[in-house]
Amino acid sequence: MRLRFVKRSEINKKSGLAIRGTAILLALLATTLFIAFLKLNPLSVYISMLDGSFGSAYRVKETIIKTVPLVITSLGIAVAFKMQFWNIGGEGQIAMGAFMASFVALRMPELPKPLLLALMIAAGMVGGGLWALLPAFFKARWGTNETIVTLMMNYIALKYVTYLQYGPWRDPKALGFPKIPNFSDNAILPNLFGVHIGWVFALILTAAMFIFMNHSKKGYEIAVLGESEHTARYAGINIRNTIIVSLLISGGLCGLTGMIQASAVANTLSYEVSGGIGYTAIITTWLSGLSAPFIILTSFLFSILIQGGSFIQTSFGIPQSAAQIIQGIILFFVLGSEFFTRYRLVVRKGES
Amino acid sequence: MKKVLAFALITMLVISAALTGCAPKPAETPAPAPAATEAPKAEPVKVGFIYVGPIGDGGWTFAHDQARLALEKELGGQIQTIYKESVPESQECEKVLNDMIDQGCKIIFATSFGFMDYVEKVAKANPEVYFYHCSGYKSGPNFVNYFGAMEEPRYLSGIVAALKTKSNKLGYVAAFEIPEVVRGINAYALGAQSVNPNVEVKVKWTHTWYDPAKEKEAAKALLDEGCDVIAQHQDTAGPQQAAEEKGAFAIGYNTDSHAAAPKAYMTAPVWNWGPYYIAQVKSILDGSFKAENYYGNTKDGIVELAPLTANAPAEAQAAVDKVKASIIDGSFKLFTGPIKDQSGAEKVPAGTTMTLDQQLSFDWFVQGVEGKIK
Repeated sequence: MRLRFVKRSEINKKSGLAIRGTAILLALLATTLFIAFLKLNPLSVYISMLDGSFGSAYRVKETIIKTVPLVITSLGIAVAFKMQFWNIGGEGQIAMGAFMASFVALRMPELPKPLLLALMIAAGMVGGGLWALLPAFFKARWGTNETIVTLMMNYIALKYVTYLQYGPWRDPKALGFPKIPNFSDNAILPNLFGVHIGWVFALILTAAMFIFMNHSKKGYEIAVLGESEHTARYAGINIRNTIIVSLLISGGLCGLTGMIQASAVANTLSYEVSGGIGYTAIITTWLSGLSAPFIILTSFLFSILIQGGSFIQTSFGIPQSAAQIIQGIILFFVLGSEFFTRYRLVVRKGES
Repeated sequence: MKKVLAFALITMLVISAALTGCAPKPAETPAPAPAATEAPKAEPVKVGFIYVGPIGDGGWTFAHDQARLALEKELGGQIQTIYKESVPESQECEKVLNDMIDQGCKIIFATSFGFMDYVEKVAKANPEVYFYHCSGYKSGPNFVNYFGAMEEPRYLSGIVAALKTKSNKLGYVAAFEIPEVVRGINAYALGAQSVNPNVEVKVKWTHTWYDPAKEKEAAKALLDEGCDVIAQHQDTAGPQQAAEEKGAFAIGYNTDSHAAAPKAYMTAPVWNWGPYYIAQVKSILDGSFKAENYYGNTKDGIVELAPLTANAPAEAQAAVDKVKASIIDGSFKLFTGPIKDQSGAEKVPAGTTMTLDQQLSFDWFVQGVEGKIK
């Protein structure tokens, strides 16, 4: 008997759902075992995770606040992924967006609020966009591997922000503690219905991205280029131009996330501003199948996982690492199932 | 199908956001002082602890968590504690504070310097909750700043180190260039110089409270520069282990960490937060709470030097006991002149003692310390 993995040609909806359903069941089973091993009641832990995400108006708000940056970053990453350009650099693009927006916020704190915020948004998008443009340019010009370049540029961006925090931008009033001064009130995004206005951006951008990817010429060109470069060239698509435009959008959206996080959540710049969103968004993007509306779904589910995971730490007094293991187990199965939607296991009996 | 789902989701998001918007907001008028909580028997009062490291760090956070457990033991049915470990000193702290209030905490202890601004902000927005922030300098009507004179046992540990060293070079692995750390280094150096004027204290900054590998590396670098006793303002035993591996000696911090480096560890200036936490929570329960900042000392027992081990030099015990007694009876005051800074200029004239405010904003090193602030 031999086991082999065979690539699936086309997966039908039914078996796709079956695989994902099985994955979720297996994830629950494994987590249940782990929780039981911690001598806790698994059911009450699950209920507590939901309670932690939705149990009060405050918690729902927190879950949404976690969803917003994931949605916007995922939209940005999806544009690049659609073109088969593996932009792993969301984290760095967020940091550079936050840096540029903070530069404006700290230099011109007294500008009228709408003007200052508009400038910060523009600066954030330019910062993220330019940071993504560099690997795009390298790829378009010399065919470099964008996965490596974008990943490595994350570290440059984060270390640059760390340098600012410990060096030139350090708040002299903080008595030696390395932090950057807080923004003025004018540089902080307002709230709408109790949550910072970033959620409106996320909804508008999701709609815009849906239209762009499915009903615009450029969106179509990006998709064609993603399917096959030869086809794209044959169809007369300007490949360099398409790579550069899509990466400007991709990085620009990540940069916008940086601006929102710095302005509305942190009220300042710090090297923790991206907080792993750039990496988490890769997962949410992938799971969404690069579809803008589904990005909202996957980002929201992930936020529940993060928010609920944080809640059970305090409500059950379990260590942070245990809560992270639970998150990891769920992730492992869900991502693992993605493999099986593309490949299937074939059992062959007999010789040969 | 996809479109229907997407529409449903967007609607859900909008509705849930709208609902939160309509939820009643807490009254924004600042109360002069928080009202006393009602009769203790009713329901256990929730007390939250926010830690910068994991409770198993064997240092700073461990010491606070021991005090939390002591509090639970003492006030059993009247209170219930929750904690959150490894909270970064960033916007995440503000979220954790709000999470705890949402979960019903009436008293919150935030136990790291970098939490200060977030505690200040959340304390203003939640006048009915009592906040305690450790090691900072800000406070308010419902926001108490508490700390202890760790410089006293650090001075004593300097005596032990100076009696031990042969190279006259003491290494000091330090976290951040903030007054608390600078004050500790100065006290250590002055203590060392009190028995051996030729010692030098070399400082290495790590810019982390909790990073075992990084702290160990810093200690190794100091050992390579010829230091033979390593002290630390860090929350892990990393520097002590580096000393152990090199056959050098070490002074710990926070808790008695004898087991982590049995051949190197001599003693450690340690915290004992339990009695303070118990007294404060009791005062809130019985309504006698006063928003008073607290700076405990050796006499109160909140700080002390852990018992000397066999690694410490034989004559150290008597020297330490003598100074300790004079600290407790008040005949010896730390940071009394003449004290010179690194350039040799006299900063504190003979006969005067630095005020507490001056000590709490220390931003210069005494003579004999090799290192830079900033």
